[in-house]
Amino acid sequence: MSVIEQAVVWLNDPLNWTNPGGVLDRLGEHLVLSAAAVALGCLVAWPIGLWLGHTGRAGGLVVLVANVTLAIPTLALLTILPLTFLGFGRPSVIVALAVFALPPLLANAYTGVRQADPEARDAARGMGLSGWQVLRQVELPLAVPYLAAGFRTAAVQVVATAALASFVNGGGLGQIIRAGFGLDIAAGGGQILAGGVLVAALAVSVEVVLALVERAVTPRQLRAARRGANRRAADAVAGG
Amino acid sequence: MSFRLSYRADPGNPWFSWQYLRDNSDTLTVALRDHASLTARAVLIAALIAVPLAVVAYWFRPLAGPILAFTGVLYTIPSLALFAFIAPYLGIGTVTVLTVVVLYALLVIVRNTVAGLTQVPPEVREAAEGMGYGRWGRLFRIELPLALPGILTGLRLATVSTVALVTVGVVVGRGGLGQVIFAGFQNNFYKAQIMAGTLLCVLLALVLDLILAGVGRLLTPWLTRRSS
Repeated sequence: MSVIEQAVVWLNDPLNWTNPGGVLDRLGEHLVLSAAAVALGCLVAWPIGLWLGHTGRAGGLVVLVANVTLAIPTLALLTILPLTFLGFGRPSVIVALAVFALPPLLANAYTGVRQADPEARDAARGMGLSGWQVLRQVELPLAVPYLAAGFRTAAVQVVATAALASFVNGGGLGQIIRAGFGLDIAAGGGQILAGGVLVAALAVSVEVVLALVERAVTPRQLRAARRGANRRAADAVAGG
Repeated sequence: MSFRLSYRADPGNPWFSWQYLRDNSDTLTVALRDHASLTARAVLIAALIAVPLAVVAYWFRPLAGPILAFTGVLYTIPSLALFAFIAPYLGIGTVTVLTVVVLYALLVIVRNTVAGLTQVPPEVREAAEGMGYGRWGRLFRIELPLALPGILTGLRLATVSTVALVTVGVVVGRGGLGQVIFAGFQNNFYKAQIMAGTLLCVLLALVLDLILAGVGRLLTPWLTRRSS
C-alpha cells in the first residue's frame, strides 16, 4: 500500500477524527491557540504601530523588530518560554506564537498611518482636530486596508507556526504529524501525510477566508490602494 | 553519630553557564558546523534555482504571475506540513531537510530578483540594445549586475530565515543546533543547553548576514561611492 493510500485510509477512519486527541480535538486546540496568539499580537502591536506611525518616529525600530524575530528560531521560543514565569501549558505557547505575529502587524500599522494622505492630515489639523482626534478620525480609517493586510499575514503565519507547538506537546494539528513520526516512517507514513494535508489545508483556508474578509472591510474607494498595501507591507517586513 | 552532607548548594538550572559551554564544546561545534553547512548548501541551491526562474519571469511577462504564485503557495504551506509531505518519500535525513528549506527560500529570492530586474531603468536597457548587446549579453553584462542589490537582499533574507528554519529539521533528526535546543528541553529542561543552542543560532544568522552584506559591498562598489 502506497503512502498516499495509507493517508486516505487514515483520513477515512472516523475514530481518527472523533477519538480524544483526534482530528477534531486537535483542530479545536489549533484554532484556539492561533486565535489567542493573533489577538494578543494585535493588542500589543496595533497601538504601538499606530502611535509610532502617528508621531512618525522610530521607523527603524519597526524594521529592527521584524529582522530580529526573523532570526529567532520558533523552536527556541517554544522551549524557552515554558521555563519562565509563564509555566508549561497554553500561555507560553500563545505568547511564543504571538511574537511571530508582531512584525507584520506592527509594520502594517506603521505603514498604514504613514501613508495616509498628508493633505487629509493637514486639513484635519486645520479644522482644529487634536493629535488624538486626527489619529482616530482620519489616519485610522485610512489605515484599515493596511491593518487588514497585516492581520491576514499574521494570522496565516501563526496558524502555520502553531503546528510546531507539537514539539513541546502544546497541542494542535501538528501533534498528528509528530505522532506519525514517532511511529517510524514505514508504519506512520500515512498518518504523517494525512496530518500534513490537514495542516496545509487549514493554513490555505485561513488565507482564503481572510482574503475575503480583507476585501469586505476595505472601502471600495481604497481597494485600488489595497494591492499596493500588500506589497509595501511585505517590503516593510522584508526591511526593504 | 552525625553525618555531614558535603554537596555544594543546589547547582540550580541557570540560563547561561560557561561550564556547560566548556564541557560540551565538541557537541556544540559539530552542531554549529552541521547547521552552517545545511544553511549554506540550501541557500546556494535555492539561488541556483531561483535566479534563473526570476530571469524567466522577467523575460516572459505572462509567466511572472504563475511563477510568483507558485512560490507564494509553497510559502503558505506550514513548514511542518512540508516535512510531512516530503519525509515519507525522501526518508529521514539531510535530503529532506535540504528540500524543505530550499523550497522556502525560493520565494524570497525569486521575488527580490524579479524586483531588482524590473528596477533596471528602461533608458539603460535601450542604450544597451543600441550598443548591440543581445539578450544574453544584456542579461549578464547589464541587467543582472544592476539587479545585484535586489538579489543580495533576497539572499540575505533567505539566509537569515533559513538559519531559523533548519531547527525544524529536528522532526527528522537533522536540525543542526535545533537538535541541541530540543535535546536540552527533553533532558530535564536544561536551560543552559537551550540557551546555548538559541544564542548560537542567532549569532550564526547575524554572522552570515554580515558576511553577505560585506560581499554585497564588494560586488557593488558604485552604490557605496554614490552614498558617500
